[in-house]
Amino acid sequence: MAENKNSLVKELTKGIIKENPTLVMLLGMCPTLAVTTQAMNGIGMGLATTFVLLGSNIVISALRKVIPDKVRIPAFIVIIASFVTLIGFLLEGFVPGLYDSLGIYLTLITVNCIIFGRAEMFASKNGVVASALDAIGMGIGFTIALFLMGSIREIIGAGQWMGLTIPVIHDNPMLLFIMPAGGFFTLGMIIAAVNKLSKKKPPKEISCEGCPNAEACGKGGDCQ
Amino acid sequence: MKTIIVILLSAMLTDNFVLSKFMGICPFLGVSKKLDSAAGMGVAVTFVMICATIVTYPIHHGILVPNGLEYLDTVVFILVIALFVQLVENFLKKCVPSLYSSLGVYLPLITTNCAVLGVTVLNIDNGFSFGQSIINALGGGLGFMLALVIFSGVRKKLEYADIPETFKGVPATLIAASIVSVSFMGFAGLFN
Repeated sequence: MAENKNSLVKELTKGIIKENPTLVMLLGMCPTLAVTTQAMNGIGMGLATTFVLLGSNIVISALRKVIPDKVRIPAFIVIIASFVTLIGFLLEGFVPGLYDSLGIYLTLITVNCIIFGRAEMFASKNGVVASALDAIGMGIGFTIALFLMGSIREIIGAGQWMGLTIPVIHDNPMLLFIMPAGGFFTLGMIIAAVNKLSKKKPPKEISCEGCPNAEACGKGGDCQ
Repeated sequence: MKTIIVILLSAMLTDNFVLSKFMGICPFLGVSKKLDSAAGMGVAVTFVMICATIVTYPIHHGILVPNGLEYLDTVVFILVIALFVQLVENFLKKCVPSLYSSLGVYLPLITTNCAVLGVTVLNIDNGFSFGQSIINALGGGLGFMLALVIFSGVRKKLEYADIPETFKGVPATLIAASIVSVSFMGFAGLFN
């Protein structure tokens, strides 16, 4: 029992640091770069993605024995897209400000490789409880990464942070950081810092070999 | 005529899908190592973007809107795109093997590419007409290809550069992408 409990705790915590989906596994780069001009947007996007990930992981793991292997990819896509539609309604109704600032990227959660990757790698092979914990852990890891990106970009690029004004920088903000170019730069720097700090080296290149979704999307074709 | 040129050029340059909207970052970083694979991926994405627009636009305006089902956009579009890509792949494999051998390997990767879903949703959000939507898809695809081809040149130089150990691989690639993105900011004042 104790061992079983330990392994469940591990499913929850692995996504936060050791297998952080964005900073270590380099998945879901599009939203990481696109919505992190403000720390608040980063949190909003992270939580929205966590919701979709949790819902899709639970449903997919519950249905894993019902869905035939051949049609699993379209089935996963439909389940994920349904949860995206749901969170779109919820945000539009209750947090319209966030809904507007996330804009099209909310719809694009559907094609976020983290969600599809977890469905294919984890939820389709594990039970409901483990899948739910995995989703929460991965979601928190993603949210932390987005919050970090958003904080750095907002502080340097706008001289503000979560509604606070940062003295000195606020008078002369480096606008470049909230522009697209600053997104690439900040993410590059953060991944370099992770490389420096972590013992286990993250994948050197983004390629089909390192990508957990390779089996689903590559079908043997090499993308190099 | 003027609007068409503005839509085409702004989708290609000022609102470049990769460098200013961050759609399709995975292929941008993954497939830009060699010039020919970058160009191949670019052609494949342009083709799928245009076809996806041609398929999804009538579905949205002909089926979903009259029945008040616009909220099903996401579910229907992604499913249609996934099925369509599969169809194109099988068609090319059977009927045009020469084209399949050059584009085929990229097609499955495109299903989960956010640029393709992005362009179809943007066409609806912006209220474009059918013709304008196709032009927008064409511009988006060409812009994607342009970014990939330019970046493959940058990465070739990066291969021989002496980079500190910590920055090797992805960090250096991202910082190079940031500089390419700065160069695209030069187009920002093109239309007013």
